[in-house]
Amino acid sequence: MSELIRKSASELSQLLGSGEVSAVEVTREHLDRIAAVDGDVNAFLHVSSDALDVAASIDQRRAAGEELGPLAGVPLAVKDVLVTTDMPSTSGSRILEGYMSPFDATVVAKSRTAGLVPIGKTNMDEFAMGSSTEHSAYGPTHNPWDLDRIPGGSGGGSAAAVAAFEAPLALGSDTGGSIRQPAHVTGTVGVKPTYGGVSRYGAIALASSLDQVGPVTRTVLDAGLLHDVIGGHDPLDSTSLRDEWPSMAAAARAGAERGSFEGLRVGVVAQFTGDGFQAGVRRRYEEALALLERNGAELVEVSAPHFEYAIAAYYLILPAEASSNLAKFDSVRFGMRVTPPGGGTVEQVMSATREAGFGPEVKRRIILGTYALSAGYYDAYYGSAQKVRTLIQRDFESAFQSVDVLVSPSAPTTAFRLGEKLDDPLAMYLNDITTIPANLAGVPAMSVPIGLAPEDGLPVGIQFMAPVREDARLYTAGSALEALLLEQWGHGLLAEAPELGGK
Amino acid sequence: MARDRVMDFDKALELFEPVLGFEVHVELNTKTKMFSAAPNGFGDAPNTNISPVCLGLPGSLPVVNEQAVRYSISLGLALGCSIAPMSRFARKNYFYPDLAKNYQISQFDEPIAFEGQVDVELADGSVRTIPIERAHMEEDAGKLTHVGGATGRIQGAEYSLVDYNRAGVPLVEIVTKPIFGAEHQAPELAKAYVATIRDIVIALGISDARMERGNLRCDANVSLRPRGQEKLGTRTETKNVNSLRSVERAVRYEIQRQAAILADGGTITQETRHWHEDTGTTSAGRPKSDADDYRYFPEPDLLPVVPSPELIEELRAALPEAPAIRRRRLKETWGFTDLEFQDVANGGLIAEVELTIAAGASPQAARKWWTGEISRLANVNGVEATSLVSPENVAALARLVDAGTLTDKLARQVLEGVTAGEGTPEEVVEKRGLAVVSDDGALVAAIDEALAAQPDVLAKIQDGKVQAAGAVIGAVMKAMRGQADAARVRELILERAGQA
Repeated sequence: MSELIRKSASELSQLLGSGEVSAVEVTREHLDRIAAVDGDVNAFLHVSSDALDVAASIDQRRAAGEELGPLAGVPLAVKDVLVTTDMPSTSGSRILEGYMSPFDATVVAKSRTAGLVPIGKTNMDEFAMGSSTEHSAYGPTHNPWDLDRIPGGSGGGSAAAVAAFEAPLALGSDTGGSIRQPAHVTGTVGVKPTYGGVSRYGAIALASSLDQVGPVTRTVLDAGLLHDVIGGHDPLDSTSLRDEWPSMAAAARAGAERGSFEGLRVGVVAQFTGDGFQAGVRRRYEEALALLERNGAELVEVSAPHFEYAIAAYYLILPAEASSNLAKFDSVRFGMRVTPPGGGTVEQVMSATREAGFGPEVKRRIILGTYALSAGYYDAYYGSAQKVRTLIQRDFESAFQSVDVLVSPSAPTTAFRLGEKLDDPLAMYLNDITTIPANLAGVPAMSVPIGLAPEDGLPVGIQFMAPVREDARLYTAGSALEALLLEQWGHGLLAEAPELGGK
Repeated sequence: MARDRVMDFDKALELFEPVLGFEVHVELNTKTKMFSAAPNGFGDAPNTNISPVCLGLPGSLPVVNEQAVRYSISLGLALGCSIAPMSRFARKNYFYPDLAKNYQISQFDEPIAFEGQVDVELADGSVRTIPIERAHMEEDAGKLTHVGGATGRIQGAEYSLVDYNRAGVPLVEIVTKPIFGAEHQAPELAKAYVATIRDIVIALGISDARMERGNLRCDANVSLRPRGQEKLGTRTETKNVNSLRSVERAVRYEIQRQAAILADGGTITQETRHWHEDTGTTSAGRPKSDADDYRYFPEPDLLPVVPSPELIEELRAALPEAPAIRRRRLKETWGFTDLEFQDVANGGLIAEVELTIAAGASPQAARKWWTGEISRLANVNGVEATSLVSPENVAALARLVDAGTLTDKLARQVLEGVTAGEGTPEEVVEKRGLAVVSDDGALVAAIDEALAAQPDVLAKIQDGKVQAAGAVIGAVMKAMRGQADAARVRELILERAGQA
């Protein structure tokens, strides 16, 4: 395996900046890696045909003496939920097969401006509905740690691409854990920024009030570097915050240098420690807590009494918004069109298209959401769910009065087997129990790998959550923990992942 | 389609009390659309004033047009409404191909303006206060053209074309509370109410308010209840009423139609009805019930609208005068008699007269043109006076008359040319060669010829009977094909006869 693909984005940044390697070399190595292993992993739905040209133009600009950003020339995998002008954008759905967007998502445009090299679009559960990528219309992605297991979802493609060294960086989107849960099961780092911290313009909407775009990487510093590129106000997204943000990369560097948690009050969420969590997940999590404490953190048990209602509220709010957001896929202006035999009215064409174009999970949620918003049921379902959402926000507010960050396992189990929960939607939904509260409250959260579960040798992550707008806290704490673990292990967790075949 | 039976209007009013309600949609004339930077324009090539947002492309997001919010607040204030310190957009979900996202961004239970009232003046000089329930912001839908099939409706069409230029154009929907006690004046009140809303939005400068272009659209709700009954009757909502005249006719027709059904012991179906300008009737549209389920919920892509108290006060201070006050002022400024002004007001022509005067015509000329020949042409053709000719062209016409280029009679021909789309008055004069012959030489030649043909008349004139000149004037005007100033012809005749 080439050395270059094993490098973090920050390491590549230095090599590119000093001229030791070219963007073309870095890009070619990653394209080769994709060619070698993606037949097994299926992380990519589309691989860019002009990535090398883009890389060459970055090299030329650098040679001409142009000041380039730190990530210029570094390859980037883009979740297919983000629209791109140079590659199809399907959101994992048959209904958008081959769809070319006339505009780039703001995060993609910002990445291009920063000189990143988009190398492909990554697989995902259809319209980001799922926790395993098994709901992709284009076949599941396989976990690089065990190809028979799920890579998490909905952003399993982005996480697997990064874990399989097919890309050093990826963009994901997180509506209820779609960045963090895949990070947990693939031994990678994933961040869901504060709601409004990163533009949603060009992210094909699942649930507008919950969706947030964020980085998927192998190190906390890399996540910070990418976060700095994609974050900030976007006039095209009305829910985008106007704040001036501190550098997340700087926060990550500061945390790693300090390597201690002196003065940090860490709230341990009581609701996320008991039964229902796999023993190996609990064990690694408790060890991580002990490590935090040994290094100066003050552990405080906090109660978030309404978190137990989070999944119920989430599965009303999300389908409600999704049922409306997905109404536009009707064949009239773009996308797949299915005409019933003998023609048919526009209504029949819309119906036939949606019948053929949407997968079962999407239909399930559209039906759920349509029902939840119906007259006579609105107050009982959508209305009540919004009240629960407010209570969960208050749980966070009250917790953050006494602690600086909250922690929990990033997910209750390690990667389950492909097919294991496909016929049991509720079991699938429960996999997001720890990640959903942050989306409902809009707070930032990060998953950092903390080791392998002894019973199955699969990755486990810890989730840090911080108050709204305090994303930098996650980077400081996350990278301090990462530094301590690296010292313990002597290498990154992914060094323990099995070699992938295809060679 | 079988004609509905109707009852005589007076008879209907004897048996039933009409209750009215209106939903008026006002298209705002902002530069860009309600939620995107696409241009807000009329008459451009289909699907050119569009953006990813208007087409509902994947990943696109709406951004509120600040100017549209300011306009909406101004309109709310002009309607005497309270302005909500916080209002919210909501999604109204339904599938229709003119609706790019298959939901319309509108306002539901938290409109920007609520609880107002508008004074409406009727032809007899009485003033009625119309209670306003709310005014809310929303986006317009695209425009469907149904091709094939007989009716131009979606049913039976071979295919339909969609123009998204109108999709996302900012709208304010003004909803009244039920209006009681209009009685015989119900049709007139309907027209006067819409005319008043039109006057208000023109005075505010927030809409082009051209009904024939759909800038101002009225849905008229009509229900009847038997005399002495408390409970409201079932209402119908008549759509597609695109002129002031039609509003009046549609309300009158619905009263007569419903009365005929009720008197027969029938029941009214709650439904939308389509107004047909040509037949002067309505036909059943979509059945509509209160159970229509649009699955409204707060629009998660937009923040609540929270206008500062300072902004509201700034807009309040900048409001134009109220219509009633404005009318009094205009009547005085223009020097019109009560009758003259009522003529203008009842024709819904105040704004036109005002614009015509602003374009350079004298108040009397502007009034005469609008309430006279233009209204006559409108009646003959069954169209709205305002759709026939622009105030600028009327002013130009008046100028040509003042300058002696046209006689009143010639000017009427020119007007006809202008309404037929032949160009500006100047262009019509040019093309049709209609200008008054002011060359005395040509006139004198015609006069001499006429006098020579009627020696007895000449003798009478020379005898001092100058009124005999009339016969010669007629002959001369005929010879000049009307393109002569009769007064000047008369002068010249007398001169030629040695009587000047």
